[in-house]
Amino acid sequence: MTGRHNTISTDSNGAKKKIFAVASFGGHWIELLQIARGLEPFYDIIYCTTNDKCAQMIPGHELHSISDFSRSNMWRIPKSLSKLMGMMKRIRPEAVITTGAAPGLMAIIAAKLCGIKTIWVDSVANAEHLSGSGKVARYIANHVYTQWPDIADGKSIIYKGSIFG
Amino acid sequence: MIFATAGTQLSFDRFAKIMDSISAEIEEDIIIQCPEKHYTPKSAKMVNFMNPDEYADIFAKARLIVAHAGIGTIVSAMQQNKPIIIFPRVAALGEHRNEHQLATARQMEKLGYAYVAYDEEQLRELVINPDLRPMHTISELASPSLIEAIRENIG
Repeated sequence: MTGRHNTISTDSNGAKKKIFAVASFGGHWIELLQIARGLEPFYDIIYCTTNDKCAQMIPGHELHSISDFSRSNMWRIPKSLSKLMGMMKRIRPEAVITTGAAPGLMAIIAAKLCGIKTIWVDSVANAEHLSGSGKVARYIANHVYTQWPDIADGKSIIYKGSIFG
Repeated sequence: MIFATAGTQLSFDRFAKIMDSISAEIEEDIIIQCPEKHYTPKSAKMVNFMNPDEYADIFAKARLIVAHAGIGTIVSAMQQNKPIIIFPRVAALGEHRNEHQLATARQMEKLGYAYVAYDEEQLRELVINPDLRPMHTISELASPSLIEAIRENIG
């Protein structure tokens, strides 16, 4: 193993780079953990989800909470967006990574507005086409992954494997 | 013990009814967790919600998991090396917003990762089969190639 495999990514001050990992609670959160646990040795991961009772799932890590919303309660969007913008400005992560759904999309938008790198991993629950949020995220995020080879286009939607390992 | 779970968000009465009727026919206990129940079980023990600790405890004790096609449940079963039967919600029957659970179930079946039942007869046949084995085990990490690609992106 050479190169990046065993190196810890640090910023100019020598501190581990911060990554903001966000997903709505439930399946999206479980998917996020499968990915973020693989990044934990190399970065300082700060988690964010829609349920503040899951801190024991990520021992030793900071957990932030945001409210959940979907098409039926879109009135929550402006407040969530401004809360997420505040978090971005305070935490200044190197990148934001999310597995969705709507709150993840909001985090991607907030990060974009703050000039922070964004990575969207579309939920594995969407085996035939990108998720609704993913269809929007593909025009916003810097990097978009699908977990199914048939959905990848090799250009803007990339397949590199899945949460099933 | 068999643990039948339909997640935390939407009711799934068709599933609860089938699992309850199977429970009346077999000796093994069936615990059903199904939100917003409208159906009163005759044989199985049924709850709407469980706190995370209670859920984890019952999940760990279960011999067999029977579940809707929810990713959280599928991942937990595969991590804990338990056989799982997936019974997808059907949006055409008002059980979800779209048919993504059917798509997930078909993919799991195609990959040979889980047992899948699409109707009552198939579900019954699988649940009463005492020889179901875990079909796919996973670790607590996504594909190394996906993690590596994301690290390249982050820098």
